[in-house]
Amino acid sequence: MDPVDGQVNGAALTARVRKERSRADTSPFVLDVSLEISPGITILFGPSGVGKSTLLDCLAGLLRPDAGRIAIGEEVLFDSGSRANLPPQNRRIAYVFQSLALFPHMSVEENVSYGLADLHEQERLARGGEILAAFRVENLKTRKPGEISGGEKQRVALARSLVCLPRLLLLDEPLTGLDAELKAAIVDDLRAWNAAQRIPILYVTHSRDEVDALGERVIAMDHGRVVSAGTPQEVLDAPRRKRLAQTAGFENLLGGTVMDVREADGVMRVRLEASACEIEVPLGYAAAGNRVQVAIRAGDILLAIELPRGLSARNVLAGRIVSLEQRGNMVVAQVDCGVVFTVHVTPGAARALALVLEQKVWLVLKTHSCHLVDD
Amino acid sequence: MEALLLSIKLAICVSAILLLCGVPLAYWLANSQWRGKFLLESIVALPLVLPPTVLGFYVLVAMGPRGPLGRLWQAAFGHGLAFTFGGLVIASVIYSLPFAVQPLIAAFEGVDRKLLDASAVLGAGRLRTFWRVILPLSVPGVVTAVVLSFAHTMGEFGVVLMVGGNLRGVTRTVSIDIYDHVQSLEYTEANRLALALLGFSFAVLSIVYGINRQVGRQIGRRMWIPWTAK
Repeated sequence: MDPVDGQVNGAALTARVRKERSRADTSPFVLDVSLEISPGITILFGPSGVGKSTLLDCLAGLLRPDAGRIAIGEEVLFDSGSRANLPPQNRRIAYVFQSLALFPHMSVEENVSYGLADLHEQERLARGGEILAAFRVENLKTRKPGEISGGEKQRVALARSLVCLPRLLLLDEPLTGLDAELKAAIVDDLRAWNAAQRIPILYVTHSRDEVDALGERVIAMDHGRVVSAGTPQEVLDAPRRKRLAQTAGFENLLGGTVMDVREADGVMRVRLEASACEIEVPLGYAAAGNRVQVAIRAGDILLAIELPRGLSARNVLAGRIVSLEQRGNMVVAQVDCGVVFTVHVTPGAARALALVLEQKVWLVLKTHSCHLVDD
Repeated sequence: MEALLLSIKLAICVSAILLLCGVPLAYWLANSQWRGKFLLESIVALPLVLPPTVLGFYVLVAMGPRGPLGRLWQAAFGHGLAFTFGGLVIASVIYSLPFAVQPLIAAFEGVDRKLLDASAVLGAGRLRTFWRVILPLSVPGVVTAVVLSFAHTMGEFGVVLMVGGNLRGVTRTVSIDIYDHVQSLEYTEANRLALALLGFSFAVLSIVYGINRQVGRQIGRRMWIPWTAK
């Protein structure tokens, strides 16, 4: 820690955590992650039940990992190797639960000064008053949690956990249920507080909107593992993992190589395998030269019998119909454009276009119908 | 009236002792992961199912001049334990133990685990968490425990008869006094005492339910009362 202009830079969190969980309501899974969180807000993003809260519980010391090491700066909080395991009350980690867990029998002021047991009455009140003011709830001091609104409760819970000057702040979906404006106001106050403290803040959410609104850095989790990390755009647009694409019914799964990345346009060009075919796909986290897979639904592809003009769609490929068969209410066409695409059209459209074998056609693909998949 | 006062005195002593012993015992039972815990739970609940005569018999034997408890008491205080007020208190404490411990366990277990986690991450150790969070939120359970111990001791008959004998002013509690009066066909006297006991019990329960309502409104919890069907 080096003080600069009265500012203290908090130490980063480094954690390696492995924990097997078997719960009645979900299939058992293994949390196995390794991360480094530097000061500032980092979003931990992923659907419910992938182990985000388990990870937070392990960091806070409420759960004991099966193996791993947790440290803030030089100080080791847990190490399965040396059997070190600091109890939660000695970790100086603040943790705001989704349920907030305000003490219902205490006033707002008592809640906030709960973590300051070691201080004298006067200093406790002063510190409590300060933090309540910083989160704009000093007027609620004497109220009980049952008597204040949801947004106020969230502010009080933040104030209560930060008044102890923690080294790390864990937020488990603390702002769910608030409208965007209120959420932004609270996050602004949190940022203002952290401008002076500079501690790492790990913010768990399963909402993409929150990632967009808050994110400087995002870590995405799935099935107990970190699947990607980076800026919100990199993470959100990237990890359509292969497993996901296939189960979601993408008929076209094409291998390719990233030719170039155009950040400004939000796109990348991908050359499809074994062909001269190049298509534009949304920006992913892959770099030029990387091998990727592109997933496209057969129903998302337009078929034209003349070269279409004046389209917003960026990908127009010339090809030739190599197979045509009716399956129930839909006609499945295979079109060879260097690589073979599967295209679904309605029987009516097939009749109107008078589609026949060996006919020359054009395929139109919207950029955002091309989903990038991990290779 | 002497008998009624003696019953109240006994009930106060028993409730106080049960509160002091019951809270740690219940806390342990509510939190322990020990595999053999169920054995202790069964022992605590035993007075609920045993006939008072069985319990009274064994307590009496233990308290007798050759029983372990009796000999210990003799060595410490220079007189026997059976048929004394002290003996009556010990027997009543055992007999009312489940009525104190079970509401306490229910109350402790009912405290939201997240509040305990919150307390821990805010730097509080177990003892502080217990005093500042668990106990205040278990007030309805504590009140229930005290009231049930009190009421159950007021109304007990069999164990008192077995262990206390029937010594006027020493071990003749109100329930036994009423029985005596009925046996001697003194219905007026029996009625007077019975009515006093009835009125007293009703008043106590009304106060408890009233408190339960008030406190319940404040902390969002009600106490556990065995005879309120949910």
